[in-house]
Amino acid sequence: MLGFLLKRLISAILVAITVSSITFSMTFLSGDPAIALAGENATPDDLQAIREFYGYDKPIPVQYLNWLINAVQGDFGHSHYLNQPVAHEIFDRLPTTMTLGLCALTFALLLAVPLGVVAAIRPNSIVDRIALGIAVIGQAMPSFWFALTMMLWFAINWGILPVSGTATWKHFIMPAVALGYYITPGVMRLTRAGMLEVLQSDYIRTARAKGASKFSVLFKHALRNAIVPVVSLAAVQFGFMLGGSIVIETIFAINGLGFLAWESIQRADLPMMQAIVLVLSLFYILLTFISDVLNAWLDPRIRIG
Amino acid sequence: MKLMQTALAAALVASTALPAFAGRDDDTLTWATDREIAVVDPYFSVTRELVIMGQMGWDGLVLYNQETQDFDPLLATSWEWDGNTSVTFNLREDVVFHDGSTFDANDVVYTINFLVDEENGVPAASIYNWMESATLVDEFTVRIDLNAPTPTAFHYLSNEIMIMPEGHYDDAPTGADGARDYTTVEPNGTGPYQVVESVPGEYILWQANADYFEEGPKGTPQIGNIRFRTITESNTQLAELMTGGIDWIWDVPQEQATRLDATGRVTVVNERTLRISYMAFDVDGDSGTDVFTNPLVRQAVAHAINREAIATELVGPASVVTHSACHPDQFGCTQDVTQYEYDPDRARALLVEAGYPDGFEFDFYGYRQREFSEAVIGDLAAVGIQANLRWMQYRALLSEVQEGNTPINHMTWGSGSIPDVAAITSHFFSGGPDDPAGDPRTAAALARGDTSVDPAVREEAYAEALGIISGELYWLPMFTYAKYYAFSNDLDFTPTSDELPRFYEASWR
Repeated sequence: MLGFLLKRLISAILVAITVSSITFSMTFLSGDPAIALAGENATPDDLQAIREFYGYDKPIPVQYLNWLINAVQGDFGHSHYLNQPVAHEIFDRLPTTMTLGLCALTFALLLAVPLGVVAAIRPNSIVDRIALGIAVIGQAMPSFWFALTMMLWFAINWGILPVSGTATWKHFIMPAVALGYYITPGVMRLTRAGMLEVLQSDYIRTARAKGASKFSVLFKHALRNAIVPVVSLAAVQFGFMLGGSIVIETIFAINGLGFLAWESIQRADLPMMQAIVLVLSLFYILLTFISDVLNAWLDPRIRIG
Repeated sequence: MKLMQTALAAALVASTALPAFAGRDDDTLTWATDREIAVVDPYFSVTRELVIMGQMGWDGLVLYNQETQDFDPLLATSWEWDGNTSVTFNLREDVVFHDGSTFDANDVVYTINFLVDEENGVPAASIYNWMESATLVDEFTVRIDLNAPTPTAFHYLSNEIMIMPEGHYDDAPTGADGARDYTTVEPNGTGPYQVVESVPGEYILWQANADYFEEGPKGTPQIGNIRFRTITESNTQLAELMTGGIDWIWDVPQEQATRLDATGRVTVVNERTLRISYMAFDVDGDSGTDVFTNPLVRQAVAHAINREAIATELVGPASVVTHSACHPDQFGCTQDVTQYEYDPDRARALLVEAGYPDGFEFDFYGYRQREFSEAVIGDLAAVGIQANLRWMQYRALLSEVQEGNTPINHMTWGSGSIPDVAAITSHFFSGGPDDPAGDPRTAAALARGDTSVDPAVREEAYAEALGIISGELYWLPMFTYAKYYAFSNDLDFTPTSDELPRFYEASWR
């Protein structure tokens, strides 16, 4: 198990370094950052002064190494637009995004797991078809459109939920549903497939033969085993939702990390963009690592393989 | 069924429990834009929002009056020019800052000398680098010396130069890099509103200044609180406005504005702005396409385009055609120049006369509001001119324009909201990198206007330059831009063409 852990850890670190270097390089593909910072009336001398001030005149590998060394020490630089330390802004807004992500994940699990179980109990029935339909709609519908549709009905037409902001818990309902609905299909399908497989197994037949109640067979014996891969999928999807919150936070004017990312892109705030992508990537890598470890712990065949 | 009833009941209860966030009931005018404001200082946050808030929280020496198109005294009571480069202001004696300290000439001297000191690194140098220094004459008299005659000086004094208390930035902390961080200094002005709460990325709350001086041109604030909110998504702004979450938005797309107006739930106003659209010709043939060196071809293009239709049908009812290389609302922008009416037959005849009976093909460059450029291309196609649209980002296109690579570029200019020809015509036709013609006659006339503070001299000089530009057709000025505003029916608000909403003048109906 220790060897497996070490291998996964090294792999995670390598992925993090690769992601950070690609992210760093890609932000320069959009053009000269000095031009974006300089404004409408800047002269060539102004542009050169900005390049020298921010170090954009140095080769990109040198800039990357400097940035990486500082980042490892928790110094992500200074935001050009907000004129604040990047780390301060990120950690100031991270709790809002985490709250939104957790709410969305909770909604997704509460909807997807029961649907998956019901679909597995009666495969190919009308219930299964409806569950499948919900899954297809969830995957096909763009989250921004779903968000705006909810806003139209729940806020404008019925007036039962606030449109935007984070002032109360009600403000989180629509964003959490819009964000969580997108991952519902994956979780539901995995639950359904897992339940179908487990329900065919010998120990379920034994449990039934022993006279265990239907509820006990489904939730005590079958779901406990079928839910294992769902837990690891949910962990990875949580990372996805942190990154995917850019659109949702922008639509619902939520002052989180996603909104900060959107603003940074619009204002060509390179230090902020680089740091946000790195932080979100690290979350994703960490959650994937946890998910791998969890699977290996639950299923010894994985760590042997 | 029971579950549904329970859910519905819960929803209804929830709906009655929603808090009120804006409006007349809590005397809070909430306005929203898509921009996050992290620094509440008009000098260290170079955004239009801070120019607007600068007028709420601070005062300048003078205030531009849209109706009289002249300057009213604000912190100054009167002024007198000494030549073209020195002006002495007498100041009000009944003004206090939000922290209770009294205002006098030392504050003006401090503010201006702080701005012009390069060591302080105040961004947007163009708003203050025309000033050399400020000198104390007595407690309520101050003299400002200019580096050179500056016709737009009073516009800057009105819109941009907000007076800070003496020593305002003295306690700014020094950062790790050794530079002073002026952005963290708490706002403190003399304006009709003062900041009481600020959460970056969410809102800034302003409260009416109960001690604001009376009988000034800004009047007495009528609304108790003004809250600025950041909402990036335009649909969300609309939804908040419809549900009373916010009271005021602008930059509403025309299609949405029309629908919003039809609901009757909010007031929708289309007001012109100082931004104009224009087409610049490659009159020297630098781009490799020499057709536009022929004045007859330029005239054919001008007669082929239905500017009136584009203005009214696409831009908005407040948009008008401009015939001069400036905005009709700007000082010195005479429309008494050669005008090119929409006449496709005349355009075809001019093409024949120029030797292009079958038309020609060229690259047409644009960057803003594609539908406007496409309408122009459609009009040109109708007379046989094939324009191939090259759509670019502003920065990239600007480089192409300045290098002379564009046969025609369709651009816009906002003049920094300065209602004076010096902010546009002088920029484009004084021989600088944006000058498409480099005509020494326009440069000389504009220099005459730019170095005088006598309105009559300036008007005459600008009229001469504008006459040359129009006669030679270096530019085809197109139309003025217009902006849709949408606000609560409870709000009494009047938009202005300088795009500086005066919330301090607003009141509840």
